[in-house]
Amino acid sequence: MTEASNAIVFSNVSKRYPGAQEALHDISLTIDSGELVFITGHSGAGKSTLLRLVAAIEHPSSGTVLVNGQNVSSLTARGVPFLRRKLGLIFQDQKLLYDRNVFDNVMLPLLATGQPFADAARRTRAALDKVGLLEREKARPVALSGGEQQRLCIARAIVNRPAILLADEPTASLDSDYASTIMAMFQSFNQVGVTVLIATHDRALIDQWQPRVIKLDHGRLSE
Amino acid sequence: MKTWIRHHWQSLFQTLGRMAAAPASTLANALVIGVVLALPLGAYGLLVNVQAFSGSLPTEPQMSLFLAMSGSKPDIASLESKLRASEGVRSVRFVSRSAALAGLKGAPGMGEVIGSLRENPLPDAFVVTLASSNPESTEQLEQRFKALPGVAHVQVDSAWVRRIDGLLRLGRTAVLVLAFLLGFALVAVTFNTIRLQVLTRREEIEVSQLVGATEAYIRRPFFYFGGILGIMGAVVGLSIVAAAFFWMNRDLKLLGQFYGINPGLNFFSPSDIAAIVFFSALLGWLGTYLSVSKHLQNLSAR
Repeated sequence: MTEASNAIVFSNVSKRYPGAQEALHDISLTIDSGELVFITGHSGAGKSTLLRLVAAIEHPSSGTVLVNGQNVSSLTARGVPFLRRKLGLIFQDQKLLYDRNVFDNVMLPLLATGQPFADAARRTRAALDKVGLLEREKARPVALSGGEQQRLCIARAIVNRPAILLADEPTASLDSDYASTIMAMFQSFNQVGVTVLIATHDRALIDQWQPRVIKLDHGRLSE
Repeated sequence: MKTWIRHHWQSLFQTLGRMAAAPASTLANALVIGVVLALPLGAYGLLVNVQAFSGSLPTEPQMSLFLAMSGSKPDIASLESKLRASEGVRSVRFVSRSAALAGLKGAPGMGEVIGSLRENPLPDAFVVTLASSNPESTEQLEQRFKALPGVAHVQVDSAWVRRIDGLLRLGRTAVLVLAFLLGFALVAVTFNTIRLQVLTRREEIEVSQLVGATEAYIRRPFFYFGGILGIMGAVVGLSIVAAAFFWMNRDLKLLGQFYGINPGLNFFSPSDIAAIVFFSALLGWLGTYLSVSKHLQNLSAR
């Protein structure tokens, strides 16, 4: 397999937070381009840390992380924004901006990366359409239901047409019907070639979709 | 390049929009900076006016040599040739005692007083114009002329102009110190304003960082904010000075009537105004730079 077809490669990666025990220990794994992978494990097993390492929000204490063949662990502060433009991030705490409407929330990544306004507006509407929020574009995030807020997060993550989508507990606070809808969305992105990484401890979801699963146990890979 | 220009436009409009969204606090900030600026600006404006006034006075160094009352005509002729031969003398003019008296008679309000005098109390005099206003050479000439036979008293007429010059120099230094200190205050005000801006927008900044915005993109609106704040402060400060000068001019005109002159304070020249606005914007930028360097760093080190 060529280097380019590996979207994400971890080689002997450990992460230790200051004053805490090791969050990840000697992780080596490869995720191919176009794969849809679940990362599971108990809470505190290191799922979020793994995603944060991919997005260069954290840096590994040892080992190397490659994303699209680029060594993220040796990335300079200047290089980080350009890595993140290839990624779509969905956070556990959502990180929506409540001082602006749905449309502006989704448009933010496009403006931040220098898209012309008209193009950005068009692509924002396309993203909102994909998650079924086009009619709510003028609404404030507080006015949305939990499921709608999650879809808003997804729209913001995909608006930049990322090659890799990282989602941290995207179905955590949703009932199972909604969770299925969200999962179907990830599936459809995956079908058009997006590599999707989902951290979850939702067993039902995994049983339903039968994806590739990476299981973490106290910061170590387990089968 | 196109992207870069677009980013600047976006930042500018974002910033203006943000200012318009909070007009009260924007106005308060501009007022604080304006009042802080008005003090050194006003002092500077007054100084410039006094300087212009003193510049209109004759600054050619002159000396008056008053002769002893007992001198006779031949003395005067030889004295004049001696004076003309002296190094550093540009011209020599003789004012006879009768001519001096006639001149005094012509002065308003003096005619009657002079007329009541039984004899002319004025001495003959030479008015000597010097080639240079260098204090040392003036002093030397003064000593030399004093020693000449027949000269009773030497008076350096330009001394008081130099005294004003000295005072103005002192004033300039004072204004400079004041401007320096209040410049610091302006930087501090922007520093704090930007700190608050960073804090209120920390979520937006965090999200922007996470979706791939560069540091420069995130900092840019703050620089616009600081710069525009500086410009608004300068406009407020200049307006305060303009208003103050306007009221002072009315009072000055009233005062001037008693002296038969028409004084008036002139406002800053367009190039001065441009420089003031520019420097104020620069100070705002500096405050922003310091603030953003400190506070955005704290933010990204989550």
